[in-house]
Amino acid sequence: MKLTINGTEREVDAPSDMPLLWVLRDLLGLTGTKFGCGIAQCGACTVHLDGAPKRSCVTPVSAAAGKKITTIEGLSADGSHPVQQAWAELDVVQCGYCQSGQIMSAAALVAAKSKPTDADIDAAMSGNICRCGTYQRIRAAVHRAAELRAST
Amino acid sequence: MSARTTPSRREFLKTGAMVTGGLVIAFTVPGVRRFARAERSPADPFMPNAFLRVGTDDTVTVLLPHSEMGQGIWTTLPMLIAEELDADWSRIRVEHAPAAPAYAHTAFGMQMTGGSTSTWSEFDRCRQAGAMARAVLIAAAAQRFSVEPLACRTENGVVISGSKRARYGELAEAASRLPVPKTVPLKDPRDWKIIGKPTKRLDTPEKITGRARFGIDVQFEGLLTALVARSPVFGGKVKSLDATKAKAVPGVRSVVQVPSGVAVVADHFWAAKLGRDALKIEWDLGPNADLDSARLRQGYRRLAGYEGAAAPDAAEVREAPPWLRTLVGGKSASAGQTGNIDKALAGAAKTIDVEYAVPYLAHAPMEPLNCTVRISANKCEIWTGTQFQTVDQQVAAKITGLKPEQVEIHTTFLGGGFGRRATPTSDFVSEAVQVAKAAKAPVKTVWTREDDVHGGYYRPAYVHRARIGLGSDGMPTAWHHTIVGQSIVAGTPFEPMMVKNGIDATSVEGVADSAYLKAVPNQRVDLHSPRLGIPVLWWRSVGHSHTGFVMESLIDELAKAAGKDPVEYRRALLKGHPRHLAALNLAAEKAKWGTAAPKGRARGIAVHESFGSYVAHVAEVSVENNAIRVHRVVCAIDCGVAVNPESVRAQMESGVSFGLGAALYSTLTFDNGRVQQSNFHDYRVLRLDEMPVVEVHIVPSTDKMGGAGEPGVPPIAPAVANAVAALTGQRLRELPLRLSATA
Repeated sequence: MKLTINGTEREVDAPSDMPLLWVLRDLLGLTGTKFGCGIAQCGACTVHLDGAPKRSCVTPVSAAAGKKITTIEGLSADGSHPVQQAWAELDVVQCGYCQSGQIMSAAALVAAKSKPTDADIDAAMSGNICRCGTYQRIRAAVHRAAELRAST
Repeated sequence: MSARTTPSRREFLKTGAMVTGGLVIAFTVPGVRRFARAERSPADPFMPNAFLRVGTDDTVTVLLPHSEMGQGIWTTLPMLIAEELDADWSRIRVEHAPAAPAYAHTAFGMQMTGGSTSTWSEFDRCRQAGAMARAVLIAAAAQRFSVEPLACRTENGVVISGSKRARYGELAEAASRLPVPKTVPLKDPRDWKIIGKPTKRLDTPEKITGRARFGIDVQFEGLLTALVARSPVFGGKVKSLDATKAKAVPGVRSVVQVPSGVAVVADHFWAAKLGRDALKIEWDLGPNADLDSARLRQGYRRLAGYEGAAAPDAAEVREAPPWLRTLVGGKSASAGQTGNIDKALAGAAKTIDVEYAVPYLAHAPMEPLNCTVRISANKCEIWTGTQFQTVDQQVAAKITGLKPEQVEIHTTFLGGGFGRRATPTSDFVSEAVQVAKAAKAPVKTVWTREDDVHGGYYRPAYVHRARIGLGSDGMPTAWHHTIVGQSIVAGTPFEPMMVKNGIDATSVEGVADSAYLKAVPNQRVDLHSPRLGIPVLWWRSVGHSHTGFVMESLIDELAKAAGKDPVEYRRALLKGHPRHLAALNLAAEKAKWGTAAPKGRARGIAVHESFGSYVAHVAEVSVENNAIRVHRVVCAIDCGVAVNPESVRAQMESGVSFGLGAALYSTLTFDNGRVQQSNFHDYRVLRLDEMPVVEVHIVPSTDKMGGAGEPGVPPIAPAVANAVAALTGQRLRELPLRLSATA
């Protein structure tokens, strides 16, 4: 099966119903995408398929074939995506485990809405759990990322 | 882990020494000799002690003796070293130290992270480590410049004497050949440039790009992945196993039995998961097969003195299931008594007799438990996010027949800990070692979320009963407090040292040592610690996670009974406790206590001491469709010197979020011996849209340092419960807080 991941075509030998998460992590070594719940309840595994946020733990790899897959490793070459910049500026992370998924959800949000409201952030980000409770900073950083995006 | 103020700290120290085989503990800075594998390299020639290396490229690499699990120690401890070293902050690098005696906790004698102790326990050692390095670099520069050391000063990674300058990297080679002084003076706090300055995290770049390596991310050639099928009931054993179908799953390499269950070892997680799903196992469920929460609660209530305190008859004892039998007619232990409680209660102007309850809770760190193990003839290598290196090392050595020093632990980032990665039995590490040993291959054992929620090591459920008498002035004159719930350390290697006269201090901390009780002339604190087969453990803020809720709710109940304002009432009771008062007053002031809350909302306050710090929260809540919503929390903390105020603020936000999830949603219940919840859809934690605005204020303080990781948790549930009572008139005495439908 051929997959297009972060702009590169990769060949994988995987059963069609294997979740994309485990193909990325265990077959391709892209461990930035995290396993948290396995049932699309926590968002740690969020990636983009053709720009839309998807929970890779419940996405069969066959559903990702033919689509552009973006993972945290491919969001920017050097951590300079506006969302990543905002995250650094506001010192968002704590343990960091959920943050790949948070950042991917936030990146999809600011791409879809140039000026997300608090209600937009609630709707887009409440599926991503953070046990360290970085939510307040995430909210502020999404607003900041939208500003940074508008100014570039 | 108990607070430094509870009696068990000293005992823990002894226990640590026992576990580690009599380690000598001191506040001295161990030299390079005393650790196993982090050696000097040509690029990093200068290593004056176990905690740092200076490279020829000017980098200063800090070897972190504690585990980074979100609390920010990856940044805070390097700040201490950099302060005394006068290092260039932009050249600081950090790595977790190996497991070795040099990195033993300065207070507990074993390498570990917990009890909100890392910063205060390293405050002297890390500063000394930095100061020692600086002294040697100065000596090297003095030789090079042909001047006296006293003619040299340091700044931002450079030694300067007059017009002469040498970067630390240029001096590293020469410094490595000079003797290291045993003692060095430390800076006057007035000269601090880094300590006390809000400082951004050093681990951000790797955590926002997916590069940070957690235990679950460990990969190397030949590494297999295992999932373990464990008994659905605690204490159950495999009766029969049919692995035929599991072995037929493509990618499954082997199926092995280990003490905790049956491991399916495969090429990757997904194959291991499918293989485990295909196992046919018949379990002998053992003595806990019919354990259920409702009967457990009844048993606890009886121990607390409710529902006929008379002893049960023989038939009742005979017919009770084994787990329940321990609750029938159990005897309490006394955690303290003064005055004459019965007489004082009888003579009180007003009395209350109330029951509080909290459920079992899982830690549910975002990174599911995992541990990678590679065993060879003379070495056992472990990669995992652990809070308990020394214990893990001992346990792995025992299983493999190796010496502890032959067990190498590579500590990765922890995807959350909250206490779950500090088990006295090393449960997830020992299991992974068993799996690798049985599979005769390097294996990463991974837990699913369901495994985590079902896997035990919970915060125990507790029932509290409080009978309190008030005098005619409304102040408490009698306080009889009974706590019922499992001891965290019972049955572990820590029990002999940490349980004294039947009292596990972690069960009563926050009550027995409460500042409020010091003002009550007649008091008694009793504890029942029933022994059940449910594995329990410290959960962020430990005993304070329930005692803070109960005590601070009770104080509001008493204030109401006395007809007094909750803040005024606390001020009266906390006379002589200036640090409680400082936090209380600052939070009240910043929250504008005493002014009207926004329409439809009410405020509640709580202040609680734990882990050497004093935290007050004011919560502002509303109720919509019978659901409690917390809009804003104003927090004040006195933790002594706040080394990194930014980190303290983050930990207060974190504590509020973690505590609020438990206050409003989280609960584990048992039916037929099985935990009824399984994943985040029914084991609810706080989500982003439920997060209040949190405003943190740090009390300017040079008092004795306390912790920051845990103390933000205990006061949030009672602050919310107190606000709900103010708003609705309903006093909720059980977590999670649920308003009755008829309200």
